[in-house]
Amino acid sequence: MLATIASFINAAIIQGIPLLFGSVGEIITEKSGNLNLGIPGIMYMGGISGIIGGYLYEHYTEEPKAFLCVLISFLASLLGSALMSLIYSFLTVTLRANQNVTGLALTTFGVGVGNFFGGSLLSFFGESGSISLINTGLAYKTKLPFAGSLGLFGSTFLSFGFLAYLAVIIAIVVSFVLNKTRTGLNLRAVGENPATADAAGINVTKYKYVSTIVGGMIAGLGGLYFVMDYTAGAWTNDGFGDRGWLAIAIVIFALWRPKSAILSSFLFGGLYIICVYIPGLSSAAKELIKMLPYVVTIIVLVIASVRNKKENQPPQSLGLTYFREER
Amino acid sequence: MSKPAIELKNISKTFGSTVANKNVNLTVERGEILSLLGENGSGKTTLMNMISGIYFPDEGQIFIDGEEVVIRSPKDAFDHKIGMIHQHFKLVDIFTAAENIVLGLKEEGRYNIKKVSARVAEISSKYGFEIDPDKKIYEMSVSEKQTVEIIKVLYRGANLLILDEPTAVLTPQETQKLFAVLRKMKEDGKSIIIITHKLHEVLAISDKVSVLRKGEYIGTVNTKDTNESELTEMMVGKKMSLNIDRTEPVDPVDRIIVKNLDCINREGVKTLDNVSFTARSGEILGIAGIAGSGQKELLEAIAGLQHVESGEIYYNNPKTGNTDNLRDKTPLQIRDLGVRLSFVPEDRLGMGLVGNMDIIDNMMLRSYRKGKSMFLERKAPKDLAENIIEQLEVVTPGPTTPVRRLSGGNVQKVLVGREIAASPTVLMAAYPVRGLDINSSYAIYNLLNEQKKKGVAVIFVGEDLDVLIELCDRIMVIGSGKVTGIVDGRTADKSEIGLLMTKTDGGVVNE
Repeated sequence: MLATIASFINAAIIQGIPLLFGSVGEIITEKSGNLNLGIPGIMYMGGISGIIGGYLYEHYTEEPKAFLCVLISFLASLLGSALMSLIYSFLTVTLRANQNVTGLALTTFGVGVGNFFGGSLLSFFGESGSISLINTGLAYKTKLPFAGSLGLFGSTFLSFGFLAYLAVIIAIVVSFVLNKTRTGLNLRAVGENPATADAAGINVTKYKYVSTIVGGMIAGLGGLYFVMDYTAGAWTNDGFGDRGWLAIAIVIFALWRPKSAILSSFLFGGLYIICVYIPGLSSAAKELIKMLPYVVTIIVLVIASVRNKKENQPPQSLGLTYFREER
Repeated sequence: MSKPAIELKNISKTFGSTVANKNVNLTVERGEILSLLGENGSGKTTLMNMISGIYFPDEGQIFIDGEEVVIRSPKDAFDHKIGMIHQHFKLVDIFTAAENIVLGLKEEGRYNIKKVSARVAEISSKYGFEIDPDKKIYEMSVSEKQTVEIIKVLYRGANLLILDEPTAVLTPQETQKLFAVLRKMKEDGKSIIIITHKLHEVLAISDKVSVLRKGEYIGTVNTKDTNESELTEMMVGKKMSLNIDRTEPVDPVDRIIVKNLDCINREGVKTLDNVSFTARSGEILGIAGIAGSGQKELLEAIAGLQHVESGEIYYNNPKTGNTDNLRDKTPLQIRDLGVRLSFVPEDRLGMGLVGNMDIIDNMMLRSYRKGKSMFLERKAPKDLAENIIEQLEVVTPGPTTPVRRLSGGNVQKVLVGREIAASPTVLMAAYPVRGLDINSSYAIYNLLNEQKKKGVAVIFVGEDLDVLIELCDRIMVIGSGKVTGIVDGRTADKSEIGLLMTKTDGGVVNE
C-alpha cells in the first residue's frame, strides 16, 4: 500500500513538473498584464525546439556527449519559446492587438509547428520511424547519484532529472523577485495599473516584453521536460495534450502566487493520473476523473470571487493593452 | 532676481485636428503658487501633462532654472524635480502607501520597505500630513489617497508640484487642510501650480493666476490685483451672469415620498440609513453631500436599480390620482405603472449612453419597446436626435456620430435631451454638470428650470454648493447615508451646508 502511495506521489510530481513550468511562466507574464493564452502553443514550441536542437547535435556527431546534448537542446528550447513570446509581445504590446485573439492564434500555431516538425523532421534527413533521442533523453533523466541509496524516500522525492528541481527553484526565485525586490514591485504595478507605473517612470513596454518573454521561456521548459525526461527523448504528435491549458488553470488556482503554484501543480498532476491508480474504472469514468482539475479550478474561482479579497484577484489590467496618449 | 523655477515659451500641441494648446507662455518663481484657470477643454491638463512628460509638445521650449530642457517621459520630469498629482489618482490599489510612494524609484541599496515608511513619516511630520504608510490604497478615503500622491512626489524630491483639480473630491474642511499644507511647502521654497475651476479657491491660495481659453494663453494676473468677475471674464471671454434663474414653484404637489429607506451594499455596509424626504412637483430638490455619501444609491433605489433593505418609495400619479409603491420594482415594472421617471446617471457613458453607438441608436435605447414590427423604426429617433442637436446646440458632425467621440458637455446634452424628451413627471440628475464648462453648465441649469416650470419634480444631485444654493428650492444634505438636514435654498448658507455634509448623525430639518 505504502509503495503504491509512494509511486502515486512520485508520478504526481512527474506529471506536475511541466505544469509548474507552464504556470510559473504564465504567472510572470500575467503579472505584467499580459494574458498569454499562447502558453500551450509555447510549451509545444519549447518541446519541439529542444527536440530539433538535440536531434541536430546527435545526427551530426559520432559520439554525442551528455553535457552538450543537454546544453544544446536546452538553449534551442529557450530560443524557440522566446521567439513565440516575442511574437506575442510585438503583436499585443507594440501593435496593441487583442491579447485573447493573439494568444489563441499562437497556441494553434505552436501546436501545429510542433506536430509538423515532430512528424517530418526525420524525413528531412532521409530517415524513417519516429524521433527518439536516446542520448539526450538519458542525459536529461540522470538522477542524483545518492537517490538510490535512500530507500522509499529517495525513489519518491529524489528520483528526478535536473529539470524537476530547476522548476521548483525557479518558482521560489520568481516568488522572491515578485514580492521582495524593486523589480518585482515595478512589474506588479505594470500589471495592476500601467498608467500609474508609467507616470512613476517605469518603462511599461520593457517590463511587458521582458516578463512575457522570460515567462514564455520558463513555460517552454515544461515542454522540454515532457519530451526529454517524461518521454525520454521521443516525440509523439499531440502527446503533450492539454497540459498547457491545465497550467493556465493552475495560475488561477494558485491565485497568481508562484509558491502556491508548486503544490498546486503536483496536486493537478496527481488528479491528472489518479485514474490509473484506481482499479476497475471504465474509460468514461477515467475521462470524468481527468476533468477534476478544471472542476477544482472553477470552485476556487467561485470561492475567490465570493470572498472578493483584493489581493486574490487577477492583476487589474490583465488582458488590457496600454497606450500612453490614449484619450 | 533669480531665475524662474519653470518657464514655458510658445508651447503648442495638437491631437489630430484638435488644437489643445497654442503658443502658451507660463512662468512660476520659487516659493510661488500659480493657479491655472480655464474652462473644460481649455487645455490646462494637456499643458501640465507636457511638463510632467505624459505628452510631448509639438512646438515650444521649456526652461527650468533658466536652462532649456527636454522632457520626453515622466522619468525626465522626475529628474528635473517636477511632480504631478493627477486628477485621477495614479495609485496601485493593492499596494500600501509606502509601496506606491517608492514605485519606480531607483534608490541606492537594497529594497527595504521599512526605511521607506520611516522617510514617509519624516516628510509627513515636516508638512503636517496624516498618513499610515502601511495602509492599502483600496482601504483609503479620497483625501488619504491624495495625500499619498503628494508625499509620492515630495519623496522624489520634487521642487515643482502640479496639482490637477485637487479640491474637486475634497470636503471644505479637507480643502482647508490641503491649503495649509501647500502654504507650508511654499514657505519651504517649493513652486506649485494648481489647476482649479473654483474661483474662490484661486483667490484664497494663489499668488498669480494664468488663464487659458480654448488652448490659447490669455494672460497672467497677480491674485491680489484681481477679482472673481475679472477672472471669469478672462476665462470665458465675455462677462457672464453668475446668477442662475430661480422661479417660485407653482402649486407644488408631493410627487415622490420616500420613507425610512435603508440600503446595504455588497460589503454589508449601510449606504442609506433611514432616509425620508419628499420631492414635489414644480420644484427642484437639491441633494448635497460629499461624493459617495449615498447619493447614487438613493437615485438608483428610486429608479428601481438598487435593492432596498427596508422603507417605502411612494409615487403620486398625477394622471390616475393613485399612490403606488415603487419599492423593489424593476425599471420596466415602474414604467408599466405609468410612472414617467427620467434618470440622468452620474456615469454617462456607462449607464446613460452607449459610447460606441451613435446618437440615433442611443435615442432608441429608451424607445425600443415602441416598435411594432420586427424591424427597427429609425424615423422617430432620428427626428428626436436631430431635434436635440439643434435645440441644445450639440456640437457633432451629425446624428450618426458615435457618442464617445463627443466632448463631455455634448454627451451630457444628448443624455439630458433624451431623458427630457420622454416628458417625465420626475427627473433625477446626478452631477449633470460634472466636467462641463460654464456655458454647457448653464445650458443644463436652464433645461432643469424649464422642466421645473412644466411641473416636473426635479431631483438634482450636485457638488458645487454655490450652484445648489442658487438653483434649488430646497436642499437635502446627506452624510454617510443619513439625511443630516433639509434646508431652504433661498435662505441657506454655504457654511451651514458644508457643516451638515460632514455630520454623520441625524440632523435638523430646517425648512
